Amino acid sequence: MSVGQDIVAWVDERFPLIKTWNEHIAQYYAPKNFNSWYFFGSLAIVVFVNQILTGIWLTMNYKPDGNLAFASVEYIMRDVNWGWLLRYMHSTGASAFFIVIYLHMFRGVMYGSFRKPRELLWIIGMVIFLALMAEAFMGYLLPWGQMSYWGAQVITSLFGAIPIIGDDLALWIRGDYVISDITLNRFFALHVVAIPMVLLVLIFVHIIALHKVGSNNPDGIEIKKGPKGNRWAKDKPADGIPFHPYYTVKDIFGVGVFLILFSAVIFYLPEFFGWFLEPDNFMPADPMKTPPHIAPVWYFTPFYAILRAVPDKFLGVMAMFAAIAMLFLLPWLDRSRVKSIRYKGILFKLALAIFSVSFVMLGFLGSQQATPTYTMLARLFSVLYFLFFIGMPFYSQIDATKPVPERVH
Amino acid sequence: MKSLFILVACLFVPLATLANEGAHLEVSGANLRDTASLQRGAKYFMNYCFGCHSLKYARYNRMAKDLGLTDDMVKDNLMFVAGSKVGDNITIAMTEEQGTNWFGTVAPDLSLVSRSKIGGVDWIYTYLKSFYLDPTRPYGVNNILFDKVGMPDVLWELRGTQKAVFEDGQDTAGNPTKVFVGFKREGGLPDEQFDAVVRDLANFLAYTGEPMRLERGRIGNWVILFLVIFTILAYALKKEYWRDVDH
Repeated sequence: MSVGQDIVAWVDERFPLIKTWNEHIAQYYAPKNFNSWYFFGSLAIVVFVNQILTGIWLTMNYKPDGNLAFASVEYIMRDVNWGWLLRYMHSTGASAFFIVIYLHMFRGVMYGSFRKPRELLWIIGMVIFLALMAEAFMGYLLPWGQMSYWGAQVITSLFGAIPIIGDDLALWIRGDYVISDITLNRFFALHVVAIPMVLLVLIFVHIIALHKVGSNNPDGIEIKKGPKGNRWAKDKPADGIPFHPYYTVKDIFGVGVFLILFSAVIFYLPEFFGWFLEPDNFMPADPMKTPPHIAPVWYFTPFYAILRAVPDKFLGVMAMFAAIAMLFLLPWLDRSRVKSIRYKGILFKLALAIFSVSFVMLGFLGSQQATPTYTMLARLFSVLYFLFFIGMPFYSQIDATKPVPERVH
Repeated sequence: MKSLFILVACLFVPLATLANEGAHLEVSGANLRDTASLQRGAKYFMNYCFGCHSLKYARYNRMAKDLGLTDDMVKDNLMFVAGSKVGDNITIAMTEEQGTNWFGTVAPDLSLVSRSKIGGVDWIYTYLKSFYLDPTRPYGVNNILFDKVGMPDVLWELRGTQKAVFEDGQDTAGNPTKVFVGFKREGGLPDEQFDAVVRDLANFLAYTGEPMRLERGRIGNWVILFLVIFTILAYALKKEYWRDVDH
């Protein structure tokens, strides 16, 4: 035996190294028919690692202090070697994270990946989504620009709309009557330490849950229920292939394509037309000067549009949370006989198309000043957004589905 | 895959709509690769703007390096604050308190003005060209792009006297209002020379907003070239591995 094998054997007697590697990578059998939509899981991990690494190096020069924060970001941009690259990688990474996660979720909705036995897997994923929103929201305060400040001011004041406990709750979150140095410090602690750890644990749990139930696929067919026996193992699904090397090499290609697009933004369009880095955030936070137009970053605007569509502030907050809560309920709303959009009927396809357009339009409307026309549109699309979920138990049941084949193809 | 493209296409509809909004800005034609223009811009800035506006996130020696100047040239020609060193940030002598007393507001730092204004360099260019005589204002001038502007027209020597021409018209609701139709300028530099001064100034401020702007584009070309080759190889590797999977 070589020295390398000796070391592995030594470790393996004390830690289940080979067993873990096989169970989760080399002998994890994934359906052979994944399409491009299945890149987004591994891409989410790539972006997460990017955020952690660039975040660590940004922390080395960033100062979480109301008087110094804005200048310390510019110091990173100008005086720290490669600081601008770290900062753009981190700021572009935040938007990329949401693009990847939204597409990852959309994949799940299309192919019914939330259906039994993957309900818990979906719910863990939704908790990751919530944690990611908290992480992004708090991170956005740190550059301490005008939009950081006033965006956080608007969002924290939403908690004040809750009856009886609202004002105290908002005060408790901010640690002050307005967003201040105190808020900046605690958001820094939560953004840099607490929530990343929560995310790390949740992602771990998400993957463990996935490997317990096995991956879904574009056909929505359970390969575990199909015939057994493939080239590698007699007792494993015939339509499964080992994750490594087949999906590792495929995902490396996916990462390559992603990095080309990601780098194009970082190096050529880091502000991305004011959608990733907003013009107002190049002005230092000024508690005495409210910007004429306050809007959250693009990844929150669909939910912000729903909030504004409701005339009553408290009900608006409720509607916003309900919009996210609906996603948690998906596994129990879908009563269709089939999982995948490939075998679902016209009703689901129509509903999903309307939902997608509504979500994108809400995203646009949430980024704009609320004119009467836009408010009416936001109401229309909010209703359509909710109808996708509320109507699902009905339309998914009566939808004319196609017969599902025995095997994936 | 097709649906992915449709989704991406849908995402760009609102982007395109937004891009069409905003005030009418003149196209500056500023060019960050034009080092001579940046050097002139730095000169104009230090002579006309620097009395009140700092560039506090930028440093003299970094500016010297990026603009192809030596430290000594900067020390001799562009550093006007007593006691400042070439490695210092470009700060001004006027305090915020004095600014508030004299102008009613703090004169903003201009390091990032090209990034905080929608339209960036074109905004600065248009703004600097849009001062006009208005006796109702404390400094006798107003600005079409920035109504009730708090600063005097520091370029008046170069601009001469510029008047704004208004016509009676209607706003979107149909109420009578004054509509701006154009400027009438007398004296000062000829149009082309004046535009060039303003262009150089805007160009310099665009540089200060993001000193690594050209560098990031240059590096980006290499990074993307590498990634394209990497991705082609990764695809070939994937193809090779997947040959024995029937699908």
